[in-house]
Amino acid sequence: MLFSNRMINILIPIISVVLGLLSGAIIMLVFGYNPIEGYAALWNGAFGDSYFLGETLRQVTPYILSGLAVAFALRTGLLNIGVEGQVFVGWLASVAVGISFDLPMIIHLPLAILAAALAGAFWGFIPGILKAKLGVHEVIVTIMMNYIALYISNDIVRNVLTDGEDRTAEIAPSASLASEWLASMTYFSRLHYGLIVALFMALVMWFVLNKTTRGFELRSVGFNQNASKYAGMSVGKNIVLAMVISGAFAGLAGAMEGLGTFGYMNVKSGFTNIGFDGIAVALLGANMALGVVLAAFLFGTLKIGALNMPTEAGVPTELVEIVIALIIFFVASSYIIRWAFLRFKKEGK
Amino acid sequence: MGFIDIIASIIPAAMVYAAPLIFTALGGVFSERSGIINIGLEGLMVMGAFVGIVFHLTFYDTFGAATPWVSIFVAMIVSALFALVHAVASITFRADQVVSGVAINFLALGIGLFLTKQWYDKGQTDMVARPFYATDIPLLSKIPILGEWFFSGWYMTSYLAIILAFVVWFVIFKTPFGLRLRSVGEHPMAADTNGIKVYRMRYIAVMLSGALGGLGGSVYALTVALNFSHSTIVGQGFMALAAVIFGKWHPLGALGAAIFFGFAQSLSIFGSGLPLLEDVPQIFLLIAPYVLTILALAGFIGRAEAPKSLGEPYIKGSR
Repeated sequence: MLFSNRMINILIPIISVVLGLLSGAIIMLVFGYNPIEGYAALWNGAFGDSYFLGETLRQVTPYILSGLAVAFALRTGLLNIGVEGQVFVGWLASVAVGISFDLPMIIHLPLAILAAALAGAFWGFIPGILKAKLGVHEVIVTIMMNYIALYISNDIVRNVLTDGEDRTAEIAPSASLASEWLASMTYFSRLHYGLIVALFMALVMWFVLNKTTRGFELRSVGFNQNASKYAGMSVGKNIVLAMVISGAFAGLAGAMEGLGTFGYMNVKSGFTNIGFDGIAVALLGANMALGVVLAAFLFGTLKIGALNMPTEAGVPTELVEIVIALIIFFVASSYIIRWAFLRFKKEGK
Repeated sequence: MGFIDIIASIIPAAMVYAAPLIFTALGGVFSERSGIINIGLEGLMVMGAFVGIVFHLTFYDTFGAATPWVSIFVAMIVSALFALVHAVASITFRADQVVSGVAINFLALGIGLFLTKQWYDKGQTDMVARPFYATDIPLLSKIPILGEWFFSGWYMTSYLAIILAFVVWFVIFKTPFGLRLRSVGEHPMAADTNGIKVYRMRYIAVMLSGALGGLGGSVYALTVALNFSHSTIVGQGFMALAAVIFGKWHPLGALGAAIFFGFAQSLSIFGSGLPLLEDVPQIFLLIAPYVLTILALAGFIGRAEAPKSLGEPYIKGSR
């Protein structure tokens, strides 16, 4: 069969990306830019030399984890818009552990990473338990939790971790993910060992969801809550667990920024967008571990490559934001793509 | 400073922050009452703020003193059209409404910043020359105490917001249009059986939310921010969404919630200078709107019941 269901599921993300990039090209044409030059600049900005490649991979790292966070919750039928806030508390917790202790690296680094995962998990637990016990919609609670996380972390940075400063101290080297080896290989980019953590977590997600009983239950609740309940599974328990694990992934994404890229936490006026971009990553990656890794790679490339577009082609960086938004629309509207396929198939007969 | 003076300085300030929230929340009420979740309120406000500022900067010479009013009107129209994107995706293409809303937020900010770079060659626009100004109402402002509290130092847009809330209440609960709108949000199939055009009602509702969101964004831009940049609208749209839910999907509830959030916002900015509140850490005032919304949802402050079919695409002929 030319277009099996599986085939269409794989084609939809690809078509969406192509349509998104095409729309970007049309926008560039309308505003008098050369789209080929624009995209060439983007390509060079992402892969042009080893420094850019390093920066691209660095950007991919938190995207993989935030994408996994969104995807994991979605597999249980929950939309976790709160990844952004969970990233914040994870970032804060990892830096807090990183600056407050003086331990050998083999204990300090895992402890800092664990703290981030626990903080994120706790931030995911609240909407999870509210959904499971009281039936409160997780979308609204997680949005509210984002702002609470933003303001509380700013307050903690200012009043607890420092004395009125806008930035914490640098974390101890024993808690850092930074790697001289990776940095020197990529002409002193900020690439760090976090990429390995992120890829490993993708493997963990695949294993938990597909190879364990618990994962089967989580997916089952995502497919049909009533059937799962009838089969003797505790829907509430699985909802809480899914949000906790999702939050832990998001917390790790925060640790990547705190322990790897920056090495400190500062007062922020707004969101980092790692969490919101994670929604795009998960959707494009069809909520599967491998898909998320590939989608994170694409978005990391777009984001970092875009920084080169103003200098080389004169195109404003923000074009990429429009392209990403359009890709989300196209993936979300997959019904119409599917419909077009089926129509095409019928007429082909 | 006496008690009366303190109140006289807080109320107008709170209303400056509340007015954009009221407009946008009323838009949210329309959309959600028709069964379409609108996480994109933030993006609609961004679009409104962008259009309002750009139009003002471009046409100030033409319209002179009336420019702010013309600007917010144009922002309404453009944002209503922009909301069509959300309508097409979530009503016709049956996209996940939350995801489509998230995309609206990305898209609005992307378009706004892209065009700002394109037209002004920098990250933010210039300041507008003549924004809205606070005024005293003749005669009424002379009333002792009440005049000081409610009729001096207010922006006309704040009065407009309050009046509009009552208009929306009338439209939704006292007109045939409102009844149809609500029935589409509660039980679209029953509404369809009765000859109500479900898709058309939902399109109208989403476009109204776009218009009101655009109004909210442009009013914020022309009373508080005065220019457009990436940090003009940061979270006001989500706060308006919170007001919709905290106000239990009721226009007057949303009005009350938005005024309360406006108070919280202005207190977190001016509160440190006020007796009683100077001892409350700023952080509590900052997070109060969000914590209260969660508590309201959890049923600690009365149960909040969403319209029945909120978030579900209507597919003709399915049961």
